[in-house]
Amino acid sequence: MHESARSLKVAAWLGWQIESNWTEPFLFLTYSILKPVASALILVFMYLVISQGNFNNPLFAYIYVGNAFFIYVGAVLLGVSNTIVDDREHYGMLKYIYVSPIQVYFYLLGRGMAKTMTATIAVVITLAFGAIALGVRPDFFTIDWPLLIITLTVGLAGLGFMGILLAGILLITARHNDIVGEAVAGALYLLCGAVFPISVMPDWLQWAGRAIPITYWLEGLRRALLGTELVQKLHTGLEDFSTPTILLILLGSTLLAILLSIGFYRWCERRAKEKGLIDMQTMY
Amino acid sequence: MSHSWAIETENLVRIYKVKHKRGDAESAPFKALDGVNSQVGTGELFGLLGPNGAGKTTLIKILTTLLLPTSGTARVDGVDVAANPQEVRRRINMVSGGDTCGYGLLTVEENLWMFTQFYGLDNKTARERIGKMLEIVGLQDKAKSKSYQLSTGQKQKMNFARGFLNDPKILFLDEPTLGLDVQTSRVLRKFVKQWVRERPGRTLLLTTHYMAEADELCDRVAIINQGKILACDTPANLKKRLQGASVFKLHVTPLEQTELFSDLPGVSNFSGHRRNGHTELNFILDDENTLVKILSAVQQSGAHLISLDKHEPTLEDVFIDLVGKSLSEIEEQTGSVS
Repeated sequence: MHESARSLKVAAWLGWQIESNWTEPFLFLTYSILKPVASALILVFMYLVISQGNFNNPLFAYIYVGNAFFIYVGAVLLGVSNTIVDDREHYGMLKYIYVSPIQVYFYLLGRGMAKTMTATIAVVITLAFGAIALGVRPDFFTIDWPLLIITLTVGLAGLGFMGILLAGILLITARHNDIVGEAVAGALYLLCGAVFPISVMPDWLQWAGRAIPITYWLEGLRRALLGTELVQKLHTGLEDFSTPTILLILLGSTLLAILLSIGFYRWCERRAKEKGLIDMQTMY
Repeated sequence: MSHSWAIETENLVRIYKVKHKRGDAESAPFKALDGVNSQVGTGELFGLLGPNGAGKTTLIKILTTLLLPTSGTARVDGVDVAANPQEVRRRINMVSGGDTCGYGLLTVEENLWMFTQFYGLDNKTARERIGKMLEIVGLQDKAKSKSYQLSTGQKQKMNFARGFLNDPKILFLDEPTLGLDVQTSRVLRKFVKQWVRERPGRTLLLTTHYMAEADELCDRVAIINQGKILACDTPANLKKRLQGASVFKLHVTPLEQTELFSDLPGVSNFSGHRRNGHTELNFILDDENTLVKILSAVQQSGAHLISLDKHEPTLEDVFIDLVGKSLSEIEEQTGSVS
């Protein structure tokens, strides 16, 4: 097996062992179900208060679906990037990982896969809860499955590589910087139209939102699930873009993000080797 | 550079910029390696001997691709470590002694299995090697234990076993017996020696500050201090440097002023430091008759002789001869823990 495939496979196995073994299986399952449902409910109650109980507004489905898929953002970004801090400072293993013939990008992506899997469970549970309890019912037969699969895959790949970019930052900074991932995820929650259309933001923030691939990813996923016509009618700030254009922008920006991430991580790795940071222990 | 060396360095320099405190623009550069030239032959068990802070670990980090040199070149199996690190990693492995790392939620077996997979071993070979290494380090009964359940020493043993799993062409052991009990250290030393002897073409670079370990194990030893290699030869040849000299070790009641001994005629080299409530004085004498003057000086200083021992030169005496201080004296002065 090639080094890249090996790195991905073994890292995914390791990530899953760490992710799933921290507690008893029953507790793990309960946590995996309750956490996303509780998060969704917070949003639902906020919406209830503001809209005075109007679940029929299509904007509710728009918000709910976006919020459900946003679960991936934090999970993948942190799953990939925090590998550096975990391996280096918590387990003290990064130097041994680095001395072995792994392909580091695939290793990091592999470590993020376990979080992606648990996030998938959370997304499915959230969507199922929405369908059963809240009436967010995308018509199974009208879902644009090819669009959904392509958008989801491209977006997850992009998120993985954005995680690598953050991993680069963590490689050259001390352990307290693991908040960088959370800060970035928080900023993206604001800018990418996860819970509200970007059209409600000031112009300059809308432009910031339009510069981020995740904005197009969420738009594509919503169109795939809820239908392009319905989403475009909501005047979300991206209604002028056709679905193929959304997909094209997503593909292009993801490719750019991948190239940027690889280049930036390579630069950070060199800095880390110059400064002797691969096996740094910040001890606090 | 020739490709026949397993490890080769040329004018290797590594400077660390040490920031004194947060926000301090002034940084004091620290030269950890100062123009190191060294060659290790294929099949050699090569020792790097020096006190803590001498530059041993820095050199290993560069050779194992974890650190870039400030200048100079280093090659492992003919491959430049800075230019082609991935190619180097396919040929090496490394163990740092004193490390108690590991993925705590994985069992000992799983921790080791994971690394066999990074090195591309098939499952059968991986299981065989894991079993053999666990037997060598005496952890067979802990194979299914989660590694967070292991004691510090057991974790070190697991880490030691990890280093040999891929049967590397070149293995770096950085203070492998640090903190281990005497019996375990003996077993591991025996295995290390056997590993190199039974595998023609395998090379092992060992760093240690245990003189006896270097003497017992190594084909050749380089003595390193303050980032410079001071001498490099077989332990026997290094000790021959002191041929004709008389080597004495004296233990006396605590003595504040030891400088007076270095000025005595006939004293080639001298070191003195406090140990376990008394003062240890090591002398290398050109002329054995100088001992009379030394004993007289001890008496005049008000101290009392506890013991006197004449012995064959050891690597420690060679170190004193080269550096002017004993290894433990340097570590006491720099605050390093032996």
